[in-house]
Amino acid sequence: MRHFGFALGLSLLASGAGALELEESRTYQVAGARAELRILSTADVEVFEPILLAFQQQHGDVSIQYDVASSAQLMRALYDEGAEYDLAISSAMDLQTKLANDGFTLSFRSDATANLPDWAAWRDQVFAFTQEPAVLVVSEAAFEGLPMPTNREGLIDLLRTQPEVFEGRVGTYDVRTSGLGYLFATQDSRNTESFWQLTEVMGRLDAQLYCCSGQMIRDVAEGKLAIAYNVLGSYAQLANTPGIRTIEMDDFVSVMLRTAVIPQTARSVADSGLMIDFLAGLSERPELALQTGLPPVEAQRDDTATARRPIRLGPGLLVFLDTMRRETFLRSWVSSMEQP
Amino acid sequence: MKLRNPTGSIRRRLVAQLALIAALLSVAFFFTVRVVAEQAATDTQDNILAASATSIADAVYSESGVVRLELPYSAISMLSTISEDRVFYRVLVDGQTVTGYDDLPLPVARQPGRAVFETYPYRGDDLRSVLVSRALSVGNQARQVEVIVGQTRLGLAAISSKITATAVAIGVVFFIVATALSFLAAQNAMQPLDRLAASVARRGPNDLRPVTAATPAELVPLVGGLNSFMARLRSALTRSEDLIAEAAHRVRTPLATVRTQAEVIHRQMERPQNKKALREMIRAVDESSRSAGQLLDHAMVTFRSDQLETEDINAADLLRDVVDRLGPTAELKDISVHLTLPSGRCVVRGDMILLQNAVRNVLDNAIKYSPADTDIVVQLTNDGACRMAFMDQGRGFGEADLASLTQRFSRGANVDDVVGSGLGLTIADDVARAHGGALEITSNTEGAGACVTLVLPLA
Repeated sequence: MRHFGFALGLSLLASGAGALELEESRTYQVAGARAELRILSTADVEVFEPILLAFQQQHGDVSIQYDVASSAQLMRALYDEGAEYDLAISSAMDLQTKLANDGFTLSFRSDATANLPDWAAWRDQVFAFTQEPAVLVVSEAAFEGLPMPTNREGLIDLLRTQPEVFEGRVGTYDVRTSGLGYLFATQDSRNTESFWQLTEVMGRLDAQLYCCSGQMIRDVAEGKLAIAYNVLGSYAQLANTPGIRTIEMDDFVSVMLRTAVIPQTARSVADSGLMIDFLAGLSERPELALQTGLPPVEAQRDDTATARRPIRLGPGLLVFLDTMRRETFLRSWVSSMEQP
Repeated sequence: MKLRNPTGSIRRRLVAQLALIAALLSVAFFFTVRVVAEQAATDTQDNILAASATSIADAVYSESGVVRLELPYSAISMLSTISEDRVFYRVLVDGQTVTGYDDLPLPVARQPGRAVFETYPYRGDDLRSVLVSRALSVGNQARQVEVIVGQTRLGLAAISSKITATAVAIGVVFFIVATALSFLAAQNAMQPLDRLAASVARRGPNDLRPVTAATPAELVPLVGGLNSFMARLRSALTRSEDLIAEAAHRVRTPLATVRTQAEVIHRQMERPQNKKALREMIRAVDESSRSAGQLLDHAMVTFRSDQLETEDINAADLLRDVVDRLGPTAELKDISVHLTLPSGRCVVRGDMILLQNAVRNVLDNAIKYSPADTDIVVQLTNDGACRMAFMDQGRGFGEADLASLTQRFSRGANVDDVVGSGLGLTIADDVARAHGGALEITSNTEGAGACVTLVLPLA
């Protein structure tokens, strides 16, 4: 029980133990490469490939090995198994923060990182490069004749008053298996009192629980679901799927920051830093945002007047990783969601 | 006269000492600021750590015999308000870790109910930690809840180095300003001394009046001492002059009686050798009387020089008067005195008695050292100053140092056979100086003899 708190938490996040299980791995070899960047990421190869190719256009002497794993696997590989990587990219801000807090990452400073907004970096070790909002996805067909909800209070009212429409047709993440769902849920619980109310209402309507956003969006499009709550979908999928509509709540919108860290096993901080600098400058390459569907962090953009709340990097994220806190939260969540 | 080896400078010492004090104060200031600021920063972190640990401890509760904890979000997030430091925590119940980092060390000395602060290395950084404990009743059992919260000190170090840099800058600026100010202060403090020194240095050689310049309290003893010294000197000088005058006066009166008696006897004497002896005696008496007169003159000149009673004097009248008065003496030696005066007036401002004295002494000298049956030319010229020249056809001054002739009791090198006091030229010189003029002594340019010129500024 070396890292008591975390070991327990992980056993809930990931099934199985032992060596790192990669979902996918691809190598981008260049002739006469000066260096090789080993990247462990939670983003699919298809999503990230345009960024890697653009990077290699700028740095023609760097080969890239791109491994994909779940955020929990990524965490375990770096935290417990000492896997050797030069860069770790993950949508799990809390786990990335824990890596940095517990001393598993290296510091990096450059002009590009200095230009990042304060909320987009922590300790010169965790660097955010995208900001992806959690949205409400609704089926246009199911909402015919119904008002579109604009905030959580309105959503609760709608679900309560129209049980015949929504019974069994509400979808959300299963926070027990989805790290991202857990992150959004815990942030919701901090931000609004109506979160538990909403969970209870969804539980009464026999909400469908999903591990991942892709299937959830497909089910909305196919009409199996009328509504999906707190969905993180790539812009591409949300924009290209017919029959669905995306709503950003106007009470508040949790914004997840996709972050990169340099593991302490990195061969060269300077080489890893090249990729960090490239990612920090994504906002200057709008074509990449279009290709990947990843909205970049924009230093100039001011969201303070909107309902968008970027999830704050920092030790506050460790709170919901705490074993007991997690147990308590999941117990409450399960009892709200699974009603007899 | 200047002191060759002044022992140090008060001003420099003052500046050096004030600068040293300023330097010491700067250093003391630097350390004070550092200590206070670091203490304040440490206290701030300690307070936040204690608040965090307390709120975690308060969140521990028991539910149907089981200890539970809902880690408060604010307890951890409050630690990130000041800096982006790493945060660790550990919660124990009866010494058993229930959540958190179970390798976070426990303090050796623990006292229930009291927060224990410690600093130690942990996971590669220095960690400041606090342990807070409280009792919790579970069922009917009292359990001991202990919470450790630790935070790295990088933010603190950054604050500390910023404060240190500021303290250094302020210390240096303080030192420079204080040194500059102490230099000015020393300058200012020394001003009365400088003023006093200048006022004393400005004085003429015979000025023995007390110093009346404004004097700071510290210099009053010195000035008092100086004044009393000068008063004593002055009175000693006056006394000795008085003594000389008195002595000369006392000698002169009986000498006159002796001379008169000697003349009476001389007339009654018939034997030539007796007559000759008596004439020798009379001449000796004359010389003594003359010397006594000169001593009197000198004493008077010295006395009057301090406080001249000036008036406008026509130099021609003055010369004519003196030449007339000494006419008989010159005639005794068949010496004719020729007075040549300029066409215009030549007026000087001076003390009549002193100037008469000076002119008489110079002319008297000329007569005395001129051989019988010669001429003395007294010439008054006006070339921007009033020049009274006395040219004789005597023996001149020989090899003597001309400048030294005006010193008291100094006489020419070739006058051993003539009785004299050596005061005549001294008197004339003193008078000339007292009037802002000078006595010029040269050998005669035309033939033998001496030329003594009394130069006085015009009125």
